Amino acid sequence: MGVFAYTILTLSLLGVLLAAILYFVASKFRVWEDPRIDDVEKMLPGANCGGCGYAGCRAMAEALVREDDISTLYCPVGGGECMKQIADFLGKAAPEREPMVAVVRCGGSCEKRPRTNTFDGARSCAVSASLYGGETGCSYGCLGFGDCVNVCEFGAIRINPETGLAEVDEEKCTACGACVKACPKGVIELRKKGPKGRRVYVSCVNKDKGAVARKSCEAACIACTKCVKACPFEAITIENNVSYIDFTKCRLCRKCVAECPTGAIVDVNFPPRKPVEAAASATPSATPGKVENPTSVAEAPAQTAPEVKPETKK
Amino acid sequence: MLKTFPIGGVHPSENKLSREARIEYFPLPDTVVLPLSQHIGAPAVPVVAKGDKVVVGQLIAKAGGFVSSNIHSSVSGTVVSVDLAMTASGLRQPAITIRREGDEWAEGIDCSSELVRECTLEPAEIIRRIADAGIVGMGGATFPTQVKLTPPPGKKADVVIINGVECEPYLTADHRVMLERGEEVLVGTSILARALGVQQCYIGIENNKPDAIAHMKELAESFPGIEIVPLRVRYPQGGEKQLIAAITGRQVPSGALPIDVGAVVQNVGTALAVYEAVQKNKPLVERVVTVTGKPLAQPANYLVRLGTPISALIDHAGGMSDDVGKVIGGGPMMGRAMSHPEAPVLKGTSGVLLMRQKESHRKQPDTCIKCAKCVSVCPMGLEPYLLSKLSKKRMYAEAEPERIVDCIECGSCSYTCPAGLPLLDYIRLGKAETLKMIRARAAKS
Repeated sequence: MGVFAYTILTLSLLGVLLAAILYFVASKFRVWEDPRIDDVEKMLPGANCGGCGYAGCRAMAEALVREDDISTLYCPVGGGECMKQIADFLGKAAPEREPMVAVVRCGGSCEKRPRTNTFDGARSCAVSASLYGGETGCSYGCLGFGDCVNVCEFGAIRINPETGLAEVDEEKCTACGACVKACPKGVIELRKKGPKGRRVYVSCVNKDKGAVARKSCEAACIACTKCVKACPFEAITIENNVSYIDFTKCRLCRKCVAECPTGAIVDVNFPPRKPVEAAASATPSATPGKVENPTSVAEAPAQTAPEVKPETKK
Repeated sequence: MLKTFPIGGVHPSENKLSREARIEYFPLPDTVVLPLSQHIGAPAVPVVAKGDKVVVGQLIAKAGGFVSSNIHSSVSGTVVSVDLAMTASGLRQPAITIRREGDEWAEGIDCSSELVRECTLEPAEIIRRIADAGIVGMGGATFPTQVKLTPPPGKKADVVIINGVECEPYLTADHRVMLERGEEVLVGTSILARALGVQQCYIGIENNKPDAIAHMKELAESFPGIEIVPLRVRYPQGGEKQLIAAITGRQVPSGALPIDVGAVVQNVGTALAVYEAVQKNKPLVERVVTVTGKPLAQPANYLVRLGTPISALIDHAGGMSDDVGKVIGGGPMMGRAMSHPEAPVLKGTSGVLLMRQKESHRKQPDTCIKCAKCVSVCPMGLEPYLLSKLSKKRMYAEAEPERIVDCIECGSCSYTCPAGLPLLDYIRLGKAETLKMIRARAAKS
C-alpha cells in the first residue's frame, strides 16, 4: 500500500507545482489581444487573397481594429455590405467604395489579330513576355497563356479558347487585383463596375502608331482622337498612341462607342440600342480592315520559341 | 588527357556544316537598321538626325553611360529615320535607319589588308581607342570591351584568355576567323595583354578544330607569351567561368567576376575587332556571321556590315524553303528564335541558324521523374529541376539561396531533360525576378 500512496502523493505534488508554474507564466507573460480581432476576422470573407493589401484576413482584421480611421481599408471581396457590418460592429465610419471589376483591355481575338508565329516554350505569359513580342504582330496585347487564370483564387477568369483572350466572370470577380499584378503586359485593369454593371472602356493597350497597330490587329486603338472630341465630359485622353477612358469622369453616354472606327471602345451590359440610333451610329469609317493572312512559313518562320532548341539526337 | 572544365556539360552533335566555307565579303545592303541598344548597358544616344549624310565609320550614336557603347554607321548614305524599328524579337526598339549611297569611308581608317604588328601605345590610349570604336563582346554577350579592360580599383588581371572554343553546335565564325585572320587575332591578343599589363595569354580552342589549333600554334611561335591550349569538346566550354576553370584551374566564386581570380576573357572576334580598332583605326562596322542549317543550300560564313537584314543573308545562302521550321539568331543551344528575320545583324549576331520543321519542335512536356540528369549536366553545380519549380511557383526568396542568379543560361538542363521540361524557360524568368528583388533590396538599404 505504501507504494501506491507514495506514488499518488508524488504525482499530485508534481501536478500542483507545475500548475503553479504555468499559472505564473501565463499571468506574467500574457499578451493581451483585442477580442474584437477574432470577431472581425470571422466577419471577413476568409479568402486570404491579399486584395486589401494585407497578408491575409487576420492582418486585415488587426488593422481594422487598430486604426481609428478605416476609410482607407477596404475588402474588395466582401464589398460594401461586409465593410458596413464591420464598421457598425467597431463603431467606426464605414469606408465606401464603388464596386470594381477586373477588365481585360484587349480585343485582339484570333480572328482580329492573326497569329504570325507559334510559341512552343513554357506555357506562361511571363516566360513568353520575357523572350519576345508574342505570337502576333501586336507586342502589347493579351498573350493568352493564362497567368491570370492561375493566380485567380475565385475562378473568375478564364481563357476563351475561341478568341484566345482572357475573360472575366463579373459575378465571381472580387476585384482583388491578383490578375492585374500577374499580367506581364499590364492588360488587365480594375475599373468601376458601374450601375447595373454598365461600363465603357477602351479594349486596347497597343502603344504603336495607328497604322502599325492597325496592321497587326483589326480591333486596335489607332489614336485617331475621334473619341476625345466626341466625349462631352472630358473623360478620354490619348497618351502613347492609345486612348484611355477615366472611369471616374465617364457618364456612360456611349458617344465614343459610336465614333470609334475600329470598335476598340467597348460597352458592356447595356440594353440593345434603338434601331434608329444604331443606324446613325454606324459611321462609314467602321468598315472592317483587310484581314491579313498569317505569314506563311516560306516568308517568315512559323515557329518561334525561346532558346535551347536541342537538335534531334542521332 | 585534354583540359576541360570540372563539372557538368553536354556534348550535342557538332554539325559544323560551314567549317570549310571561306569568309565571303557580303554584298553591301541598300538599307541598314542600327538599333541603339546592341550591347549590355545603357542605350547609345543618337548624334545624327533624319536627312544627315554619313560615311562608313562615322559616329552616329554615343555611349549613353559607363557601361554602354558607341555606334558607327556601317554604310555611307543618308539617315532615313531615327525612330522605332522592329527587332528580331518582334519588339520595336529605337534605331537609326540609313539608306546606302556608294561606299565612302571616314578619313583616317586604314582599309588595307596589310598587317601592322607593332603597337607601342600606352594602355590608356589603347582602351580609349577600343571605347571609341564601340567594341563589345562579339561572342554574343555584347558586354562593352573597354569596361572589361578597366578593372575596378584594387583588382588586377594576370592572365588574358582568348575564347576560340566555339562550343555552340553549327557555328563556325570564330573557327574561320582563326584560320584566315589568325595573325590579326594574335596581334589583337597582345594588344589586349598590353592594355591590361599582362604577360601571359592563352587561346583556348576545342579539339574539334585541329586545323585551327595547328595553324594558331604555328603563328603563335613568333608571339612570346601567347599559348594555344587545345581543349576537350564539351558544351558550355565557351562560358567565361568554364573556360577559366578549364585553362587555369581557377574557380570563380559564386557572385564574383572573372577579374576576381585575375582573368579577363575575350572572344576571338573581339580580339580581331580590337586589332582593327587600335592598329587600323577602324570602328566596329562589320562582323563575321555564320549562316547555316540543314535546309540551306550553301551554309556560309559572311563578313557582313552591321545592320544588314538577316533575311538577305538567308537569301544569299540558298534561301528559305518550306522545310524551315525555325530561324535562330546564334547557335541552337543559347540562340533565340526570331519572329522577324527581316531584323538587322547586330554586334552580337554570331550566327543565323535555320532548323528543319521536324527538328524545330519541342517535346511535349511530361512529368519530372527526379532522374537528376539536369543536376549532373549543370556546369554551375546547380539543381535546375528545383530552380525551375521554385520559379514557376514564384518563390524567388527561396530560389535565391539556391544560387539561381549563378545560372549562365547555357540550356544544358533543358537539352538533357528526358521529360522535355522547359527548365531553362522558368529558371531564366526566376533569375531575372530574383535579380530585381536583390536590386530593390540594395536600393532600400
